[in-house]
Amino acid sequence: MDLVNALVVFANFVLIPATAYGAQLALGALGVTLIYGILRFSNFAHGDTMAFGTMVTILCTWGLQALGVSFGPLPTALLALPIGIAATAALVLGTDRIVYRFYRRQKAQPTILVIVSLGVMFVMNGIVRLIIGVNDQNFSDGERFVITAREFKAATGLAEGLAIKTTQAVTVVAAIVVVAALFWFLQRTRTGKSMRAFSDNEDLALLSGINPDRVVQITWILAAALAAIAGVLYGLDKSFKPFTYFQLLLPIFAAAIVGGLGSPLGAIAGGFIIAFSEVFVTYAWKKVLGYALPDAWAPDTLVQLLSTDYKFAVSFTILIVVLLFMPTGLFRGKS
Amino acid sequence: MNMRNLMLFAGVAILFVLTGILQSWNLSLSILNMALLSAIMALGVNIQWGYAGLFNTGVMGFTALGGLAVVLVAAQPVPEAWRAGGPGVLLALLVGAGVLAAAIALHKRMPRGRMRTITLLVVLTGGFFLFRALFDPNAEAIEAVNPATSGYMGGLGLPSLWAWPVGGVLAAAAAWGIGKTALGLRSDYLAIATLGIAEIIISVLKNEDWLARGVKNVISLPRPWPVPYEVDLQQDPRFLQVAAEWGFDPVTGSSILVKLLYGGLFVAVLLALIWLSERALNAPWGRMMRAIRDNEVAASAMGKDVTGRHLQVFVIGSAVIGIAGAMMTSMDTQLIPGTYNPLRFTFLVWVMVIVGGSGNNWGAVLGGLLVGWLWLIVESLGPIVMSGVTASMADGPLKAHLVDSAQHMRLLTLGIVLLLVLRFSPRGLIPEK
Repeated sequence: MDLVNALVVFANFVLIPATAYGAQLALGALGVTLIYGILRFSNFAHGDTMAFGTMVTILCTWGLQALGVSFGPLPTALLALPIGIAATAALVLGTDRIVYRFYRRQKAQPTILVIVSLGVMFVMNGIVRLIIGVNDQNFSDGERFVITAREFKAATGLAEGLAIKTTQAVTVVAAIVVVAALFWFLQRTRTGKSMRAFSDNEDLALLSGINPDRVVQITWILAAALAAIAGVLYGLDKSFKPFTYFQLLLPIFAAAIVGGLGSPLGAIAGGFIIAFSEVFVTYAWKKVLGYALPDAWAPDTLVQLLSTDYKFAVSFTILIVVLLFMPTGLFRGKS
Repeated sequence: MNMRNLMLFAGVAILFVLTGILQSWNLSLSILNMALLSAIMALGVNIQWGYAGLFNTGVMGFTALGGLAVVLVAAQPVPEAWRAGGPGVLLALLVGAGVLAAAIALHKRMPRGRMRTITLLVVLTGGFFLFRALFDPNAEAIEAVNPATSGYMGGLGLPSLWAWPVGGVLAAAAAWGIGKTALGLRSDYLAIATLGIAEIIISVLKNEDWLARGVKNVISLPRPWPVPYEVDLQQDPRFLQVAAEWGFDPVTGSSILVKLLYGGLFVAVLLALIWLSERALNAPWGRMMRAIRDNEVAASAMGKDVTGRHLQVFVIGSAVIGIAGAMMTSMDTQLIPGTYNPLRFTFLVWVMVIVGGSGNNWGAVLGGLLVGWLWLIVESLGPIVMSGVTASMADGPLKAHLVDSAQHMRLLTLGIVLLLVLRFSPRGLIPEK
C-alpha cells in the first residue's frame, strides 16, 4: 500500500486532465446555455462556431510566428485569441442579421430555429474546411510543461511523476478568469441585468423598456467569445480538427442540459460532471488500485470500466438519466 | 399528383438521363440507386417530421443498425467462433437485459426514498460487473478465432433480402428505447438524444469486433436474391448472346444490368412504402397525427395520447430508415462502420426532406432524388470544375488547396440551399396539401 503514489497517479491521469477538459466543456456549455436562455433555441452550430474561432486564431498564430512574435513561455495563440474572438463575433452577428433575425421577428417555433442552425452549421463547417482543411493542426508552442514528471520525481523523491502541461494550466486559469468576468457582467452591469430579465420573462422585460435587439446582440457576442475561447483552449490542449469540434456538440449539450438549459451556473457544473465521468469511466485504474490496495488485492486486469471509444456513451448515459429523473437539470433550467 | 409535380419529377429524371448521356450510364445508375435509398430515408424522416413534428438527428444510427442487420442475417456463420463463445455472449447479453429490467421493475415497485436509490445503484453496479465478467472472456474468445479472416460470430447465412425487415426491426427497437425516454420532453431534447444514440451505435459497430468485426469491416456479404454477380454474367452464354445481339460490351452491360436490378428492387420497396404512407396519411390516423402536430394542447384536450402517438410515429419512421440502411449495406455488400458520417447520413437527409417539402411523401421522395443526385454528381464533377476554374492559375500551394477543397464546397452549398429554402420557400418544392 502506498497512498501517496496512488494519489499522484490519480492526479496525473485523472484529476488534471479531467479538470482541464471540464473547463473547456463548461465554457462551451456556457455559450450554448446563454443562447438558449435568451434566444430560446438549441444552437447546433455552436461546435462549428468554436471551430471557426479556433481556425482564425490558428491563422493569426501562424502569422505572428512568421513575424517572430512569441509570448514567452505561454502559447502564442493567446496573443492571437482577441482577433479570433472579434472575427467570430463578426461572423455570428452577421449570421444573426442575415439568418436568425427573420425567424425571431416571425416568432418561429424553436424547432424551426434548430433546423435553421443546422443550415448555419453546414455553412460554417464548409467555410472552415475550405479555408484550413480537414486535417489535424497542432498550434501549441512555448514551454510545454509547468512541471515535468521527471522534475516532480526529483523534487519529491516519489516513484510516480506528476506532469502539468502549460496548456492545462492556461486552460484552468483562463476559464476561471472568463467565468468570473461573465458572472460579474451578468450580475453587476446594467446590460447583464437586462439580459437576465429578458431570459426570465421576455414580455415583462420588453415592457420595462429593454431593447431586445441589443440584448440579442450582446448575447451573440458573449457566445462567440466563449466559443472562440473554449475552442482555442481545447485545440491547444489536444489538437484542432474540424470534425472533432462538431463531435464536441454532444458532450457540450449534455453538460448544458445536465446543469439545466439556461442556467450559467448549471453549465459549469454540467461541464465538470461530464468531463469527470468520462475520464473516470474510461481510465484504466490498475495502477492507482495497485498502489492504493494491499499487495494481495492488487488487480491483474486493467480495471477499465469502458474503453475510451465509448466516451460518448458516458455523456449520453448521464444525459438520459437526467432527462428521466430531473428533466429541468440540476440547477432548474427551463424545461 | 398534379401537372406541376409531374414536371418536377420529369425534371429530375432528365438530370439522370443527362448524366447518363454526358458522363456514363454506370455512374448515372449508381447515383440513382443511392438517391433511391436516400429517398426512402427521407420518407422515414418525413414520417417523423412532416406528420408529427419530431426532430430526429439520429438518422445515421438507424441506417447503421440496418447495415448491422445485413451482417447478422446474411453473413456466413463462423461455427468455431460460435463454439468458442457464442452462447456465453448471448447469456451475458440476456443477463445485461435482465439487470436493466430488474432495475426498472424495482424503480416502479419500491417507494421513493433513499432505500430505492441505494438498491438501484447496487443492482446496476453489481449487474454491470456481472455482465462484464460473463461477457469479456467470451467476446475475447470469439475475437481470437482467425482474427485476420473472421474473428466474429458471423451471421445466420440466410438470404440477404430477409435482412431488410430485420434492419427495420432493429432500428425500431432502438427508436422505442430512445423515444420512451426523450419524447414528452422539450422538442430539442429528442434532437440531442438521437444525436447521441447515433454516435453510440457507430462506436459500438467500430469497437465490438465480435459482433461485426469492428473497423476490420465485414466484406463480401451476399447479394440479395435476384441480383447476379458480374463475373457470372460475363460467363453466362445466354447473357453473352443477348449482349452480342444488342451490340453492347458484356463487361459494361453486366454492371449496368446489376445496377438496374438493384434499382428495380429499390423502386419496388419505395413504391410500397409510399403507398402505405399515403394510406396512413389520408386515414383518420394521419389526420390525428397532423392535428397533434399543429396543436398538441387541443389534441390532448380531445383525448389523444400525444406522447403515445409520438412514440408510435417515431418508431415507424425509424424502422423505414433502418430498412433503407439494410438495403444500402446489401447493395454495397460490405459493412464499413468508418464510412458512417453524420453530415452525409443525418443532415443531408434532413436537407432532402426540407427541400422536397416536409409533410408530403412525394415531396420527400423528390427531395431525396434531387439532393441525392446533386450530392453525388458534385463529387465527380467538383474537382473537374475546380481544375477548370483554376486552369489559368500558376501551379502552387494555393491551386492545389483549391482543387483539394472542391469536395468541401458541397457542405457550403447544401447549407446555403437549406437556408434559402427555409427562408423563401419553407414549404418546399411539393408543399403539403
